[in-house]
Amino acid sequence: MATSSKVAIPAPATPAAEPPETRGFRIATLIFVVALAVAPHVGFYPVFLMKALCFALFACAFNLLLGFGGLLSFGHAMFLGTAGYVTAYTAKSWGLSPELAILAGTAASTALGAMAGALAIRRQGIYFAMITLALSQMVFFFYLQTPFTHGEDGIQSVPRGKMFGVLDLTQPLVMYYVVLTIFMLGFLLIYRVIHSPFGNVLKAIRDNEPRAISLGYDADRFMLIAFVLSAGLAGLAGATKAIVFQLASLTDVHWTMSGEVVLMTLLGGMGTIFGPVAGAFAIISIENYFAGFGQWVTVLTGVIFVVCVLAFRRGIVGELGAWWTRRRNTRRG
Amino acid sequence: MTEIFGVPVQALFGQLLIGLINGAFYAMMSLGLAVIFGLLNIINFTHGAQYMMGAFCAFFLLELAGIGYWWSLLIAPIVVGITGIIVERTMLSRLYKLDHLYGLLLTFGLALIVQGLFTNYYGSSGQPYRLPDEFAGTFNLGFMFLPKYRAWVIVASLLVCLGTWYLTERTRLGSYLRAATENATVVQAFGINVPRMVTLTYGFGVGLAAFAGVMAAPIYQVNPQMGANLIIVVFAVVVIGGMGSILGAIVTGFGLGIIEGLTKVFYPEASNTVIFVIMVIVLLIKPAGLFGQER
Repeated sequence: MATSSKVAIPAPATPAAEPPETRGFRIATLIFVVALAVAPHVGFYPVFLMKALCFALFACAFNLLLGFGGLLSFGHAMFLGTAGYVTAYTAKSWGLSPELAILAGTAASTALGAMAGALAIRRQGIYFAMITLALSQMVFFFYLQTPFTHGEDGIQSVPRGKMFGVLDLTQPLVMYYVVLTIFMLGFLLIYRVIHSPFGNVLKAIRDNEPRAISLGYDADRFMLIAFVLSAGLAGLAGATKAIVFQLASLTDVHWTMSGEVVLMTLLGGMGTIFGPVAGAFAIISIENYFAGFGQWVTVLTGVIFVVCVLAFRRGIVGELGAWWTRRRNTRRG
Repeated sequence: MTEIFGVPVQALFGQLLIGLINGAFYAMMSLGLAVIFGLLNIINFTHGAQYMMGAFCAFFLLELAGIGYWWSLLIAPIVVGITGIIVERTMLSRLYKLDHLYGLLLTFGLALIVQGLFTNYYGSSGQPYRLPDEFAGTFNLGFMFLPKYRAWVIVASLLVCLGTWYLTERTRLGSYLRAATENATVVQAFGINVPRMVTLTYGFGVGLAAFAGVMAAPIYQVNPQMGANLIIVVFAVVVIGGMGSILGAIVTGFGLGIIEGLTKVFYPEASNTVIFVIMVIVLLIKPAGLFGQER
C-alpha cells in the first residue's frame, strides 16, 4: 500500500473512532467461530447457515465501504450477481474446479468494481448512491439480454465438484465448512484492512475529507481502492453463493438485492465489525420465516428500514456497544 | 413508403412519439426530484411509489366513485401530496440535522412499504384505466397519425414543467424558495416560515409525481411496479442533467426520452441501457452533469 511511508501520520483522534480492542475482538471472534462450527450439529440447517454466511460476507464487504469509507453504494448487487454468473458459467460450461471458478467470479467482480468505482467516485454523497444504482441497473439489463445467463431461468444445476480435488462439496457438511472458512478469511481480511494504516486514512477521509487531502492523501485513490476491495469481497460472497445453491439468477443482480445489503448493514450497525454479520443473520431469518407470506416480506423490510433510520441508527451491535460502554463508565463512577 | 436511413418513416416517427411521451414523464419526475432536492437536500426515493399512488388514486376514483379523468388530475395530486406532507412532518423532518443519506434510506424504506402493500392487493398484473371519450381518435398529421391522448400528454407535461419553472423563477414565492435553498437560516431570520415552506415544497414535489401517475394511467396500465423501474431511470436522468436547474431537468428529460426512442429504431437491443450509457459518458466528460454545478 502506498501509505507505508506515511504510517507516522496521526490516526484520527476523534473519540468516535473505536479503539482497537483487539482482545475483545479475539474473544468475540473465537466464540463466533466455535458457535458456527457447532451450529449444524445442534439442529441448524446447513443450507440456512450457508446462505446467512454468504450474505454476512456480502454485508461485511458493503460495510467496509459505507461504515468506514462513508460511501453509500446502492448498486452492490452488481458485484454479487456478476461473480455468481461468472462462477456458475465457468464451473458448468468450462468445467473449472470450484476453487478456480470462485476465483474467476471474484476476479470478474473486482474488475467490474474498478470500472464502476472509477466512475462513481467522480460524484459524492447522494449522487454516488444514484450513480451506483444506475450502473447496477445497466448491468442488470445486460444480464437480462445476453444469452449465456439464460435470462429469467438463470444458470441452473451448477456442479459443486471437488475443491482442490479432495474436498467433496456435494457433502453438505464439507460444503458448510468450506463456506465457513471462506467467510472467516474474508471477515479477517476486512478486519485487517480496517485496522491498517490504510483503514485509518479511510476513516479520516470519511470524517473530514478536506483535512485528509490537506495532509497529502489522495482521497479519490483511497476511496477507489476501498471500492474495489469491497466489490471483490462482495464478489467472493456471490461466487460462493453460486456454488452453494448451484444457481446464478437475476435476483442477485436486481436492485432489491442492493437494498437488502444496505438494510442488513443498517440493522446490524454500520461501521461496526460484527454489525453486518448480525444484520445478515437477522434478515435471512426473517425472510426464511416469512417466505410464505408473499409481498409482506417487502413491507416488513420497508418497515425495518424506516424504524432503523428513525430510531435505531446505531443498529443492533452499535446499540449493544453503546450499552456496554455506558455500563462500564457508570461502574467506574 | 419513404425511408430514412433504411427505416420506414412511420416507424421512426412512431418511436419518436413514444420517446417524447417517455421524455415527458422523465421531465415531470426529475422536476419533482429537483424541486425536493433543492430545498430538502433529500433524494426522494419514494418518488416512484408516489407516481404509482397517483395512478392508483385515479383508478380508485373511477372504479369506486365514478369520478373521471379530469377530476382525478386535480384530486390525485392533492391526496397523494397530503400523504407526502404527513410523511414529511412525521418522519423526514426528524432527519434534516443528520447525514443526507438517511433521507435516502428512509424514503427507500417507504417505497418498499407502499409497493409491497399495493402488490399484496393487486398482484403484479396491471389494471386497465379507461381512456376518457374525448381522447378517442387521432390527429392526422399527414406523415403519421397522432393519438389525441398522446398529444395531450406532451402538451400538458410541457405546461406543468413550464408552470413550475415560472413559479420558482418568476414569482415572489419562488424567490423565497430559491433564497431558502441558498441559505435557510437567513431567510428564516427575515420572518419567513421556512419549515412550512419545506413541508409544502415536499407536498408539491410529491403532487407532481402523482400528477405524472394520473397522466400515465391511460397509457401504461395501473400497476404496483410501475414506479420502481421508472425511478432508477429518472435517477440517471437527474445525474445526467444535474439538479441545479429546473429548465435543465426539463430539457434533459425530454431529450433523453427522444434519444431512447431513436435507439429503439436503430439499435433496439440497447434501448434499455442507452440512458445509463449516456450517464457514464457524461460522468467522464462533465461529472457535475450537463446543467449542474458541484455542490
